[in-house]
Amino acid sequence: MILEGRALTIGYSDRTVGENLDVQLAKGEVLALLGPNGGGKTTLLKTLLGLLAPKSGEVRLGGRALLDYTDRERARLVAYVPQSHSATFAFSVETIVLMGRTAHGNLFSRPTAQDRAVAARALERFGISHLAERPYTMISGGERQLALLARALAQEPHFIVLDEPTASLDFGNQGKVMREIRALAASGHGVLFTTHDPNHALRAADRAFLLREGVRIAEGTVAGVLNRAQLEALYGSPVETVADPVSGAVAFLPGWTDKPGE
Amino acid sequence: MPRSAAPGLLIAFLVLIAGLLIAFTVGRYPVGLADLYELLSAKLAGRAANIPAAMENVILQVRGPRVVAAALVGAALAVAGTAFQGLFRNPLVSPDILGASSGAALGAVLGIFFSLGVFAIQALAFAGGLVAVAAVYLIGSAVRSRDPILVLVLTGVVIGSLLGAGVGMIKYLADPYNQLPAMTFWLLGSLAATGVADLVPLLGPVALGTLVLVALRWRMNVMSLPDEEARALGVPAGPLRIVIVAAATLVTSASVATAGIIGWVGLVVPHIARSLVGPDFARLLPAAALLGGGFLLVIDTLARTMAPIEIPLGILTALVGTPFFIWLLSSVSKTWS
Repeated sequence: MILEGRALTIGYSDRTVGENLDVQLAKGEVLALLGPNGGGKTTLLKTLLGLLAPKSGEVRLGGRALLDYTDRERARLVAYVPQSHSATFAFSVETIVLMGRTAHGNLFSRPTAQDRAVAARALERFGISHLAERPYTMISGGERQLALLARALAQEPHFIVLDEPTASLDFGNQGKVMREIRALAASGHGVLFTTHDPNHALRAADRAFLLREGVRIAEGTVAGVLNRAQLEALYGSPVETVADPVSGAVAFLPGWTDKPGE
Repeated sequence: MPRSAAPGLLIAFLVLIAGLLIAFTVGRYPVGLADLYELLSAKLAGRAANIPAAMENVILQVRGPRVVAAALVGAALAVAGTAFQGLFRNPLVSPDILGASSGAALGAVLGIFFSLGVFAIQALAFAGGLVAVAAVYLIGSAVRSRDPILVLVLTGVVIGSLLGAGVGMIKYLADPYNQLPAMTFWLLGSLAATGVADLVPLLGPVALGTLVLVALRWRMNVMSLPDEEARALGVPAGPLRIVIVAAATLVTSASVATAGIIGWVGLVVPHIARSLVGPDFARLLPAAALLGGGFLLVIDTLARTMAPIEIPLGILTALVGTPFFIWLLSSVSKTWS
């Protein structure tokens, strides 16, 4: 099963955000979506989630147009992890995760014992079982992000789409979330995430998609696409590359290059 | 914060029972708890009660319909408020946010102005509420915006003030000796004239609307998340919102048609219910209904006993609601997070 956008023109009724975009996401792989603010990342994400209709082109899921799916059908295949947010009402973490089971019931149903078992497993997997009874509004940002990941997993989808999953998390939680993204792909999920940090793409993704002002600048394996020249073109700002002489691992630093004029 | 619902629901149930006992026993003709018990057990056993006929008449004929109506109206307003607060993801909204109350008010005032009968006035109030909400909804949906909920709420405020101007115009034109007092009394809310015949047009819509909301209780939990998130979880947020708004408006309009405008119940009671049982609608809706019924029973008992004349309900609920709202605003983060 593949989630793919073909020749997409994306945007809203009053403006076009991006044109001629092709995206593919297969199961078991991680695709990172990178680009400056206002470049169309979120719009593309919502289009691929089926929450926003493309202005032209088509998003297809398993060979069928995504817009032909009902919300419920689509939710059983594609899960969305929004940016960690605060809820208006103090639902327990368990209730938030159980909401991931909604598409598996009918219009009037409540979560069943089986749904609770699935939710409990999802909480367990992310190591937050001890938070089950806590109000979602009273846990930390990192814990919220894990709760939202657990909710997506409880949805039992084939694809998981995450909007800046590492934003506003501390360094340790950023690492934890990237580890979980790898683990989700290892268990067969197709994962798409947006990020502001190329290092996160380098670390957690197989492929990267670089989007600037609605135009695809580059797409390919992270090793092939994420280099200093591409990133400077993408963000319009100098970038320094550092490499660990022992492991050979590469990372990028923003702001200026190591040697002026180089 | 306690998450177990049972104690909270028990407290809410006890509040309703206390409200019922107070409403039946307190008044110009005091009724003892023993007399009330005797009448109840006699009726259940199918024998004649060993209490004065006048007392039986007060309990069954005079207070009975009014007590049932107060419990129903209180429950209805609280349930509608709970639904609207969840739907608009804002604990500060109330059932009249989409113009239901002001539409119903205009309908009723028109009915009084044209000297129509009681049922016609109720029907007009009912129709006014539904038409106002439909208008708000259509206008709100026609305005394309990234934040449809904010547009809807603002449209409700604007339409509400237009309807309020209509009410003002009719009051200005009304006969100041016959019609104006009736309009004023109705606009301030009262159950003084409630009889057995008023209960059926109240009970039917309230039961229907409440049933719809209870059936959708889990979906309402999900819909208190942002729309896109709810849709990504498989809930068709747009169509479902119309159903929930219609059900809550039905419940509100039926209450307004019976009892006039009674503010604050739909704002205050859902908060207390949420602090008792948490935000899950499966427990929140019954808790709000029980508390709302008990609350309005106490308010209505005060309304008919505090002074030699009836005090309008809307005035008493405002006296309770205004300080509550100010407290709510000042401690907003604590109460819903």
